[in-house]
Amino acid sequence: MSHHKETFITKYIFSQDHKMIAKQYLITGIIMAVIGGFMSMLFRLQLGFPDQHFTIIEAFLGKEGMTPDMYMGLVTIHGTIMVFFVLTAGLSGTFSNLLIPLQIGARDMASGFLNMISYWLFFISSVIMVSSIFVHTGMASAGWTVYPPLSALPQAMKGSGLGMDLWLVSMAIFIAASLLGSLNYIVTVLNLRTKGMKMTRLPLTIWAFFITAIIGLVSFPVLLSAALLLLFDRSFGTSFYLSDIFIQGEVLHYQGGSPILFEHLFWFLGHPEVYIILLPALGITSEVISSNSRKPIFGYRAMIGSIMAIAFLSTIVWGHHMFVTGMNPFLGSIFTFTTLLIAIPSAVKAFNYITTLWKGNLQLNPGMLFSIGMVSVFISGGLTGLILGDSALDINVHDTMFVVAHFHLVMGVSALLGMFAGVYHWFPKMFGRMMNKTLGYIHFYLTIIAAYGVFFPMHFTGLAGLPRRYFSNAAFPLFDDLMPINQVITIFALLGGFAQLIFLANFFISIFKGKKATQNPWRANTLEWTTPVEATHGNWPGEIPAVYRWPYDYSKRDENGNLWEGKDYTPQTVPIRPGEEEF
Amino acid sequence: MKALFYIILFTAIAATIWQIVKLLGLTKNDQIATKKENNINGWLMLGTMVFLYVLMIYYMFFGGRDVLLPRQAGSEEGEHIDNLFMMTMGLILVVQFITQFLVYYFTFKYRGNIDRKAAFFADSHKLEMFWTLTPTVVLSGLIIYGLWTWSLVQDVTNKKDDPIYIELYGKQFQWEARYAGKDNVLGEANVRNIKGMNTMGVDMNDPYSKDDITVLHEFHIPKGRKVIFQLRSQDVLHSAYMPHFRAQMNCVPGMKTYMGYTPALTTEEMRKNPDIVRKVAGINKIRAEKSKELVAKGEDPLEPYEFDYLLLCNKICGAGHYNMQMKIVVEDEADFNKWLASKKTLAEKLN
Repeated sequence: MSHHKETFITKYIFSQDHKMIAKQYLITGIIMAVIGGFMSMLFRLQLGFPDQHFTIIEAFLGKEGMTPDMYMGLVTIHGTIMVFFVLTAGLSGTFSNLLIPLQIGARDMASGFLNMISYWLFFISSVIMVSSIFVHTGMASAGWTVYPPLSALPQAMKGSGLGMDLWLVSMAIFIAASLLGSLNYIVTVLNLRTKGMKMTRLPLTIWAFFITAIIGLVSFPVLLSAALLLLFDRSFGTSFYLSDIFIQGEVLHYQGGSPILFEHLFWFLGHPEVYIILLPALGITSEVISSNSRKPIFGYRAMIGSIMAIAFLSTIVWGHHMFVTGMNPFLGSIFTFTTLLIAIPSAVKAFNYITTLWKGNLQLNPGMLFSIGMVSVFISGGLTGLILGDSALDINVHDTMFVVAHFHLVMGVSALLGMFAGVYHWFPKMFGRMMNKTLGYIHFYLTIIAAYGVFFPMHFTGLAGLPRRYFSNAAFPLFDDLMPINQVITIFALLGGFAQLIFLANFFISIFKGKKATQNPWRANTLEWTTPVEATHGNWPGEIPAVYRWPYDYSKRDENGNLWEGKDYTPQTVPIRPGEEEF
Repeated sequence: MKALFYIILFTAIAATIWQIVKLLGLTKNDQIATKKENNINGWLMLGTMVFLYVLMIYYMFFGGRDVLLPRQAGSEEGEHIDNLFMMTMGLILVVQFITQFLVYYFTFKYRGNIDRKAAFFADSHKLEMFWTLTPTVVLSGLIIYGLWTWSLVQDVTNKKDDPIYIELYGKQFQWEARYAGKDNVLGEANVRNIKGMNTMGVDMNDPYSKDDITVLHEFHIPKGRKVIFQLRSQDVLHSAYMPHFRAQMNCVPGMKTYMGYTPALTTEEMRKNPDIVRKVAGINKIRAEKSKELVAKGEDPLEPYEFDYLLLCNKICGAGHYNMQMKIVVEDEADFNKWLASKKTLAEKLN
């Protein structure tokens, strides 16, 4: 591929090799996750123990400690970083880049150059987002949804000054990065599949990344336009989102706009975004569960169908975030209808996972444990969607802690568990070494216990009527009895944070000191395990192998009921044997 | 209650440490899970399931039960919402308990073993149909019932109920309320008219405005009469949230929004509700303990809590968001009329 000699800069920094770019995405994502996760620890301390002094809070937030402005800034940036920088770029960016060429049998992405630009734009947007935390008027703090007028008017809150401008600029660059990436993934999957790799022989990971890229391409530009219009309202006096406002003793000139327009534009991306986060995690989970169950994924075609159905429905449900904005009740009915329909493909996926486990020979490696945990959390979080998606029920739990509990389980924790599953499973492919599995097990159990310990009780605070984004509930004696629950949540949150330190240590030490990996440690069928352990530019030293079968021929039996060649897996590169039927 | 949690937490940590010690002693040469590890992990996954079930049952029946909103809704519309809620929640819990059991039990039962051969079971049309159609049928029921409830509680145009009209007005960080007065029609308003005492920007040239009455801090509504709320905002988005009525609607600058509810229980009646009595007792116990600490430090003790309906702000609106509230008093219509008659109209206040 590359004719010239590789220098440090072209190999590790401005690399156009998809595997290196994947690692860059992953490590940037991990750094952002540490920042975003640490913020959540700080505001959980405030919610659990509001009366106590914590040196750690003062050390990071200054002498004033936690103020309402600071609290809202932390929840805003925590949300932004986790949703966009960790679970969109960190997850999709890492695994789409790593796996698409390797699993479809391509030497690299369709455009290595665009891929490099995509990463560096993402990097720049991360730097801007992190630097916005330190501006002296404070970071953006209108919530991660940045609804105007709060986010549009510097008079409305401290965080709507320079911090908000930086937020918008960072997001605009982030979207450009994401679009370049998506475009590349789609073109690569459509054009660069190796001989024999029909669309119906693609691993479910690739299907998930492919469909994710399509919904990203459809919905992200809408957020870009929303952000630009908000920038205009802030800086150039336009009235796209603003009308009839009296603030700090004066009437503003804005006339005729509507914040509801922003909400529509925002959620037109915002809801598909949930699936942009979730689908790659589900794809990873499908692959990891199947290969570690030594059993084909149950209902391959139904899985593809449900990915497509979820993707399609995800673009027509955004209004369920706006049931109580005063939009026409008839519109609310339509959105209730489409939203509850999503439960059908989701249920199909959940049952298919469960059936895949049934009668398997489960190899409970760390990646497998995280995948099973992901299925469990996805069900727990998804079910409460039946309440929030139903307009009549949403009225009373809208914007309460119930919502916070719901979406953290269904898209936050479950996508994070999917991401961990991917890291443990493909670490040998990325670094040629294995992660320590004992630490992996400990990491898993602590994480899942902490996740449930944090978010299950949180539903009850929401059902007690506690609104989200309250700096303190001391102003309401009504909520005094929530304090014990809040303390438990905070303790579990700290436990969860601690568990991630184990992962970080394991990850970074294993890069250099991990046990050398064999070529196909999990005995998996997919193409990436036919490449040499020492990664090379161009992936395969010789010809790209051809593909003869789907990727899930685990434990396939011959006509006598014995395993073919006595092995419980048949890689995609093995031709169909005489007497064997292709599934 | 807290103690139980520390015990569970301690057990979890102890189990983990035991796990570490156990696993560190295992053969370290294998890159992937050994038979022994599969065995341990199978049991630990079963343990994870037990943890999840204990957590769920503990919060449903003990730690979380008393903090919930009273099961009796404060409004007639709220009762319909509650019925739908209970039905949906029942369904969710059944599905949750069954599917979680399957996930963890299968993980345990089919944990890896050299002697075990996995089945080659890749597809079954019948099963796929079964779990596509079952959710479809169940969801159709939920959707129909949900939409019926939705159209019922969103109906603010029906004049047959002889509703009264009240405007709720949000601003950083306070609520105001305006009654339509004798003509039962709210006068026009715009923030451009805000001046002095006319803090809600009511257009005083509009004849309908003449008898409008504005109040601060608390507003009263009559039991058994439909109230249509008109919502406005002065500056940023707010959300009028009255959890006991199962009522919420955003206040959007530049736009009017509406919701309609019929109070079903007066404040006095609600205070006698067993759920409320228990909740208030719990809260006062916590407040009494806290008061002791405060008195020891030489500060004033906390006042005992008494139940009141509340209007909260439930849309992030700035630094004071967490303390933007207004008291609601529900009373019999006669008391309500007496209270309203004692208030000055806005026109009188301005003169």
